[in-house]
Amino acid sequence: MGNDLFCTFFLTLDMILYDRFVLDNGLRVLVHEDPSTPMAVLNIMYDVGARDENPEKTGFAHLFEHLMFGGSVHIPDYDEPLQRAGGENNAYTTNDITNYYCQLPAENIETAFWLESDRMLGLAFSEKSLTVQKKVVIEEFKEHYINKPYGDVWHKMRELAYTRHPYRWMTIGKELSHVENAHIDDVKHFFFKHYRPLNAILVVAGNVKLENIKRLADKWFGNIPMGDKYERNLPKEPQQTAARQSEVYANVPLDAFIKTWHMGARLDKGYYVMDLATEILGGGGSSRLYQSLVKEKQLFSGIDCHHFGSTDNGLVAIEGKLVKGVSLETAAKAVEEEIEKIQASLVTETELQKVKNKTESIIAFEDMGVMSRANSLAMYELLGDAQLMNTELQRYQAITAEDLQQTCKEVFRSENSNTLLYHSK
Amino acid sequence: MMINRKSAPEIIDAVNMKLQLKPYDHFILDNGVPVYSIDAGAQDVLLIEWVFYAGNWYEDKNIVAATTNFLLKNGTQKRKAFAINEHFEFYGAYLNRSCYNETATITLHCLNKHLPQLLPVVAELINECIFPEEELAIYKQNQKQRLEVNLKKCDFIANRLIDEYVYGFHHPYGRYTSTLDYEQLNRQELVEFYKRFYTEGKCLIFVAGKPPADLAQQLNHSFGQLSINSHTLPEIQFNCEPAETKKYNIINDADGVQGAIRMARPFFNRHHPDFQKAQVLNNIFGGFFGSRLMSNIREDKGYTYGIHSYLQNHIHNSAWMISTEAGRDVCGATIEEVYKEMAILCNEPVDDDELDLVRNYMVGSLLGDLDGPFQIIARWKNYILNGLTDAYFYDSIQTVQSITAEELQALAKKYLNPEEFYELVVV
Repeated sequence: MGNDLFCTFFLTLDMILYDRFVLDNGLRVLVHEDPSTPMAVLNIMYDVGARDENPEKTGFAHLFEHLMFGGSVHIPDYDEPLQRAGGENNAYTTNDITNYYCQLPAENIETAFWLESDRMLGLAFSEKSLTVQKKVVIEEFKEHYINKPYGDVWHKMRELAYTRHPYRWMTIGKELSHVENAHIDDVKHFFFKHYRPLNAILVVAGNVKLENIKRLADKWFGNIPMGDKYERNLPKEPQQTAARQSEVYANVPLDAFIKTWHMGARLDKGYYVMDLATEILGGGGSSRLYQSLVKEKQLFSGIDCHHFGSTDNGLVAIEGKLVKGVSLETAAKAVEEEIEKIQASLVTETELQKVKNKTESIIAFEDMGVMSRANSLAMYELLGDAQLMNTELQRYQAITAEDLQQTCKEVFRSENSNTLLYHSK
Repeated sequence: MMINRKSAPEIIDAVNMKLQLKPYDHFILDNGVPVYSIDAGAQDVLLIEWVFYAGNWYEDKNIVAATTNFLLKNGTQKRKAFAINEHFEFYGAYLNRSCYNETATITLHCLNKHLPQLLPVVAELINECIFPEEELAIYKQNQKQRLEVNLKKCDFIANRLIDEYVYGFHHPYGRYTSTLDYEQLNRQELVEFYKRFYTEGKCLIFVAGKPPADLAQQLNHSFGQLSINSHTLPEIQFNCEPAETKKYNIINDADGVQGAIRMARPFFNRHHPDFQKAQVLNNIFGGFFGSRLMSNIREDKGYTYGIHSYLQNHIHNSAWMISTEAGRDVCGATIEEVYKEMAILCNEPVDDDELDLVRNYMVGSLLGDLDGPFQIIARWKNYILNGLTDAYFYDSIQTVQSITAEELQALAKKYLNPEEFYELVVV
């Protein structure tokens, strides 16, 4: 490669501008004006995810998300009036948060305020909706985690890697019975504990005007009782001191290798460093694991290195399916050799620049859609400061080859690891 | 201030909003390759898509088209696979390739500033691929393994079989791959297919984002002198050979807890006068979250996480498809409810309230779909590849605005007849 490759590409990304205000009841509101679109997005993020669940009632945050569409105090059906206003919506739940978003022609933005504020005010708590949505979620559980080869991998890995922290179960829940046993009283309790203005962030983006949004926010959300601030007090995962390994025998065609290590929390420097490390190891056709283990040694038919983007201390994973005839032992050893390499010597300047350039691209493409911008603003505000959205790239740019080596040494230690050997039976 | 939370705020009916499909810029490279470009970006990013008529429509042997497309990144006269990947990834660019029925594509996403470094290497992929034997061997091995995993999934099996029933296995839309097909691939077939359908093949280029001022020069410099477009396409016609038997029950996994249900009937392509009207009827039936199928089978009965109906997006002919994964013990009940919903559409006119909602929803979501340069070019690409103009866009809005309940009912009677549907459950 020519020398021209080693220049540093400086920040060229546009700042995402927004205004922020807080209603008397504690609801934080962010407004991002973008007159280039005919649409408006209303995004509400609630500060509650699967990590906030009772260990005996897992999967509840996600089930609850379904129930948010089962009618509110004054409005029997959420979807219908929104569709009538030309809008679409969806929601998702993670281990950390629950997010609801809708997009509609900007002229009709008040419809979104009306609908979202009413379900923050109160749900209909309908027994019928609970009964049906339990079934729907059970089918979702089956579709994604039971009726699929390797569908239970992350279920098993989380239980292996976490002993105390609630990341030890998946968003969908630990078992079907937890969803089946959900009771309407649980629903009410959960709502009034977590779905209060104090625990929510409202972002309005698109072809809107700040003054109008202020007026609408106050009109529709202003008189919702603020509720009590939810104080999160989760059990901390103790430092792991010895390697753990588990073996599974299942009706799958190929052996699979899955290994994880504990890594930094979302705002730690180590998180950003590990994000780049996963790209160097497993991001694309020129990544180390792919080149070495899929192409050269041909031990894996595919391999991936990723992390979960968790708010609390998360996991970084390497996983792949083995070429037939290769033993899990051989595969594990080959992965270990790559880990040792990245710990023993500095990554090259080309590799470092490559993953920084990729990060710049990813951010630029993500920021194209107004819906994605609204979601990011809410997420960063929840993490502590929406302005973080505009400084992310700088944090990545500042990472050095020495940082990468240091973090890889800290994270990829054997005693910090969890290995799942998934055998084809 | 007291507000009335029971009544909805005033809305402007989306159906009356003025929608515009932004026209593309058009120019032709020296060798006749047409370029369609949408300049509508705020960020300095670009999408460029090279569309070749190199889909499985043109292959003589199963999976040759898809393999050729897949291996475009796996070696040229100048670069090995690793170097190709590293080049694009170094510049933070994403180079993907996909194979469809009629067409196969190369897609580049990048920041504008890196375009001069990237285009010459894309040209290399079109002109100088060598398909190394060892790359083909790795591909065969890994694809066979991937297939083996997919064959454990009921939805994967169901998708293959329903297309076979509708079109016949000898039709490109109904064909699928076996382990043997991978084993029988040989390098020479790929080299020949590549030369005929890429290097000398028919190509169109689509661009969207914030194109640089010298886009035409840059494209002409890298692609205008290549030998693409040196032959006319062969005229190949396939006849559909739909299966005789209409109902199928297949057990793929004795312990499966869900069944993949597919129901389908043959349908026409976009040039048929009923196509746009059928899109409206389909929306009411199973085309969005508020559809009849979703409301009944998910939101009332809880049989499934999701159920959808759609018209397949094929160029030559299409099928009207219903697709869901439902609990194993309620598969029969789900199918029964689908037929009930068909019967209601045939027997009762859609009321004004529901029709208004669907009209507004369809136009509103169209407005959202046109938001951003990538979305606009995707729509244009679809029109151009289907031999349509923007008249189709304005006609379809007109159809949504003006179709009547009577027309919809007549359409349901014409097409939603249970005896014309194939019905498949794979557990």
